[in-house]
Amino acid sequence: MPEVEVHLTVNGEDCRLSVEPRRTLADALREDLRLTGTHVGCEHGVCGACTVLVDGAAVRACLLLVAQLDGHEVVTIEGLSSPDGSLSPVQQAFRDCHGLQCGFCTPGFVVSVTALLDEHPHPTEEQLRHGLAGNLCRCTGYQGIVNAVRQVAASSAEARP
Amino acid sequence: MKLPPFEYASPGTVDDAVALLAERDGEASVLAGGQSLVPLMALRLARPELLVDINRVAGLDRVERVDGHVVIGACVRHAELERGSGESAAVPLLARAAPLIGHFQIRNRGTLCGALTHADAAAEWPTVAVTLDAEIEVRSASGVRWIPATEFFLGPFMTALEPGDLVTSVRFPVWSPGAGFAIEEFARRSGDFAIAGVACGIEVDGGRVSRCAIGLLGMASAARRADTAERAILGAAVTELDPEELGRLALADAEPPTDIHASSRYRRRVGAALTTRALATALKEASRA
Repeated sequence: MPEVEVHLTVNGEDCRLSVEPRRTLADALREDLRLTGTHVGCEHGVCGACTVLVDGAAVRACLLLVAQLDGHEVVTIEGLSSPDGSLSPVQQAFRDCHGLQCGFCTPGFVVSVTALLDEHPHPTEEQLRHGLAGNLCRCTGYQGIVNAVRQVAASSAEARP
Repeated sequence: MKLPPFEYASPGTVDDAVALLAERDGEASVLAGGQSLVPLMALRLARPELLVDINRVAGLDRVERVDGHVVIGACVRHAELERGSGESAAVPLLARAAPLIGHFQIRNRGTLCGALTHADAAAEWPTVAVTLDAEIEVRSASGVRWIPATEFFLGPFMTALEPGDLVTSVRFPVWSPGAGFAIEEFARRSGDFAIAGVACGIEVDGGRVSRCAIGLLGMASAARRADTAERAILGAAVTELDPEELGRLALADAEPPTDIHASSRYRRRVGAALTTRALATALKEASRA
């Protein structure tokens, strides 16, 4: 198949790729750009492990072709922490609240929760739980993850003037 | 699984997209949100030779008000309709149905027209389109045609579309400002396809029902209307309507499927209870005026 030229921004950096049309964004991130923080689980949009931000919106990277993203902006889990490696508030809360065990689902959760709290900085219990429903975790039973989201929401409430 | 190989085109106009589809005579698929098509390809349930990506086609991301209708372009995503702002607010059922679709990450990409084309009998948009007498705009090499939603869904994942057709928009009639609407569905887990569901719209004039539409979700091989119950409601005095009885009536002639998720009998009972709830909500909303 003829390859497709794609020019996109990933975590603020310009990237030029030449890919087969069937290359998903998830595989392009992992295989071509070596950003292996984005995890690939089910590869058909169910588990949420590959969630990334495209133009600020959380999406499944396994359901997008990288060929579709010419001129678009992608942020992955690697783009959420500071360049010095210090954790984002959501990452710190997952650590504080034991919101992970094996860690496989964690990048997807952190990206989804970051987007969720962007739209609803102080989510209701219903918004919080519906917002987590698109990511599967097979270890934690979700309670630690729910607590992590609550911690971020509470700390941003304290920070308000 | 990884996707099988295919060719990719990203045309800039409807004419170019239609020409690409016509060339391949049914071996090309349209890519809009890709939230159903890409999984189907990963699972080898769809094997198009060519994907025609319509995301760069100018004008397909618009929501417009035209002649008593809200027209929704083929690239308008569920998330935009969920926000309920702009022209789509004139069709209140859109913003109420959208949050029931999948998860927010899916809604950020998936499109209303794509869901119509995919035609899952348990999906929200086909039922909403059938309930509100929407019409689907189809472009092909031979021109433009509008297909009523009630004639569009032929069976599970089957529509009246032919090879080479491109859905470019769907238009929903705007009901009177005092109309009442409701959508109810039941799923075992948040974001799953519903086991049963119902959408309805009611207009009341002088204490009597002057317009009534009830659409059932997951109750047949395709989205369908509950005609018998609609006839019983139309013209009746609001105070004399018994939503519980009407719920049973709406499902009386339904033959919902039995599958691993639920038996036919269970679906009928859940459908009747949901219809009761939806009718009560819509009647109450329509009676406020």
